[in-house]
Amino acid sequence: MKYLTLAATTLFATQAWADTPELVVYTYDSFVAEWGPGPVIEAAFEAECACDLKFVGMGDGAALLARLKLEGARSDADLVLGLDTSLIAAAKETGLFAAATVDADYDLPVTWEDDSFAPYDWGYFAFVHNADLTPPANFRALADSDLKIVIQDPRSSTPGLGLLMWVKEAYGDEAPAIWEGLADNVVTVTKGWSEAYGLFLEGEADMVLSYTTSPAYHLIAEEDATKAAAAFDEGHYMQIEVVGKLAGTDQPGLADQFMQFMVSDAAQSVLPTTNWMYPAVTPQGGLPEGFEQLIEPDKALLIPNGDVPALREEALAEWLSALSQ
Amino acid sequence: MALRAVAISTKTGISAAILVAALILAAVVAVLWRAEFGSGLGPADWAAIRFTVLQAVLSALLSTVLAIPVARALARRRFVGRGLLVTLLGAPFILPVIVAVLGVLAVFGRAGWLNAGLTLVGLPGISIYGLHGVVLAHVFFNLPLATRLLLQAWQTVPAERFRLAAQLGMTPRAVFRSIELPLLRQILPGTAALIFVICLTSFAVALTLGGGPRATTIELAIYQAFRFDFDLNRAALLSLVQLGLAGSTGALALWIIPAISLGGGQDRPLHRWDARGGLQRGIDALFITLAAGFLLLPLTSVLLRGVIGLPQMPASVWQAAGTSVTVALISVVVLLALALPLAGWIATRARGGVEAVGLLGLAASPLMIGTGWFILINPIASPFTLALPVTALVNALMALPFALRILVPRLRDTVQVYGRQAQMLGLRGWPLWRWLILPRLRPQIGFAAGLTGALSMGDLGVIALFADPDSATLPLQMYRLMGAYRMEAAAGAALILLALSLGIFWIFDKGGRWHADA
Repeated sequence: MKYLTLAATTLFATQAWADTPELVVYTYDSFVAEWGPGPVIEAAFEAECACDLKFVGMGDGAALLARLKLEGARSDADLVLGLDTSLIAAAKETGLFAAATVDADYDLPVTWEDDSFAPYDWGYFAFVHNADLTPPANFRALADSDLKIVIQDPRSSTPGLGLLMWVKEAYGDEAPAIWEGLADNVVTVTKGWSEAYGLFLEGEADMVLSYTTSPAYHLIAEEDATKAAAAFDEGHYMQIEVVGKLAGTDQPGLADQFMQFMVSDAAQSVLPTTNWMYPAVTPQGGLPEGFEQLIEPDKALLIPNGDVPALREEALAEWLSALSQ
Repeated sequence: MALRAVAISTKTGISAAILVAALILAAVVAVLWRAEFGSGLGPADWAAIRFTVLQAVLSALLSTVLAIPVARALARRRFVGRGLLVTLLGAPFILPVIVAVLGVLAVFGRAGWLNAGLTLVGLPGISIYGLHGVVLAHVFFNLPLATRLLLQAWQTVPAERFRLAAQLGMTPRAVFRSIELPLLRQILPGTAALIFVICLTSFAVALTLGGGPRATTIELAIYQAFRFDFDLNRAALLSLVQLGLAGSTGALALWIIPAISLGGGQDRPLHRWDARGGLQRGIDALFITLAAGFLLLPLTSVLLRGVIGLPQMPASVWQAAGTSVTVALISVVVLLALALPLAGWIATRARGGVEAVGLLGLAASPLMIGTGWFILINPIASPFTLALPVTALVNALMALPFALRILVPRLRDTVQVYGRQAQMLGLRGWPLWRWLILPRLRPQIGFAAGLTGALSMGDLGVIALFADPDSATLPLQMYRLMGAYRMEAAAGAALILLALSLGIFWIFDKGGRWHADA
């Protein structure tokens, strides 16, 4: 009898909840972690939307897209947050995303034009090293050096794919030669970012592929100034993370409101020290202390979203043949 | 030899085998059915298949061959800390891959202890990255498992036989030829097949220590096909190749196990009177020391790192630990429900080939199984609500081949030795299990349950597709910490994971061996 009462109470409670609209956002795993941006953004948005915002975390950006394709139009999700510039073309091809307009004055190194996706943060890929090392000034110098690097596999990881695009965009047809030069510098290739960064911290390599903002974490969260990012003179490849609305959403109004919220001060001021990326719109208070010490690349590189899939095939084949010898 | 003399019901066993095969094949079929377009296998895939098989064969051979002297030494010696060492033999195997790899690198890596030592004495350093690194790491994972399996077999030899050998004054070589060699012929093929299949599906180890894209395994190709290309057709084809390789290797290896009976004993505690000479002692001490060093040094580094990280761990790690323990215990129950009837069926057959069914659970890529079941479940129910049962079931499937390898030899022995007696007493059905099989198999059941619990604790497998965001498991939480730069806190979580896994393993294993003198 007790259980029946409990069950009935739970049922009524659920129904009471049902009066509040629920907004489901699929995102990558680290976004929803208790130390990630998820919890803060959820509380801030719920304070103004009279809705229940639910983040559902799953793997990384690539896993997110695979999941959406599996679910198709039946997905419970209203929005997807966490795809990046290398995945946008593939995401659009699914036809699952709706057009959306977000009004924002972006502080991105490139002009943003897209009818479905709105950027919320971004970063530059860079090789991170210990501050006492004098880093090479570009890929050629790195290839000529004895420095050991650890990188991520472009077949399983987004930063790995970013590096592939970086070399391709900077060197074009010379990319295979650059990779052949780098082959003896590469200690190993890992499945994902965590493994590579872990190996670097263990001293297995002199440099690791990560972001220009990585030293900010050590500086701000750990008060450790021993990590730095190497500035390359051919420019740095960018990663822009975006949020998009699904065509099948049952809360189109709320979804638009959320997209707009993601570029507002309330969300943007949280991102730098929780997601460790640059905010898409610089918040009024400016960037957190410590970010001013980060390197600022002279040139931002980015391959247009639509060209990524074809270039990826080509670059991947070049990468495989250069590193398999 | 009238193996059928014992009245073990084969129906439940066959049903369990069909269920296992169906669960795996359903996933593959679901993925194939959902595949809209797709490519076949390209040259890169064939290169991956070749590398996968090469490293798996080498790893399996080395692990089993090296396990022979270690298990032999452990079986012949009693020393302080032996019980602890035997328990710790379970440890490398149940560690999350990345933790174990970092442990191995702390010893053998570029900045590891070994290279530091070499530099100190003026010798050039060694590089672990390459095929040899992959094999080294796989031996680190699997040598302990092989040793435990062999040790288990050694302990099923009736004490009378070693006593007789001692009375006859047989030399260690003669004991090896007449008692131990037949034993090894019974156990080695199955053990090697099991390790071959484990290494077949390895992917993070091969990639990280392989030093580059040369070290691509089939599993990585499956991963890529699912995630970046969303080429379900290719993913399913590669999965079938993997299943085929595992299934045929398993069937072949288990088929060559000779169907001989060793004859029974009185289940006396095993004492050894042989191998008392100084040379034999020296050899045993050498192998035990080498194996212990090889296994314990990386574990020590995991321990040291973890202790430093403990204070930085967020409280959510404990909540995740609770979830993981629950999943592990459910997995153990599911496993025993599948493994015991299956083992009963296999043990009453003359040849062991059908045990290969069990290997399929291990050979199927977790991503494949997860995706397949997701496709099947998603139209009917929310995958989140089924996260726990699905995870427990998949974990049990993965542990099934280990459980069978542990249970079948002893069960076969029991059936051969006591079958006719049980028949005469009219024991059948539940009473047969209750009075004959379960009591005699207690150590094996404990070992299998412990291994399953521990494996399940450390598994990340299907969680990615089914995980309820609010109930993360411990390995997932550890990866989240690593993904947020919090490597030290992650090391703390890894230590908790290691402690809990070993704890579960120890409780079951000890429970099984209680008063069984093993």
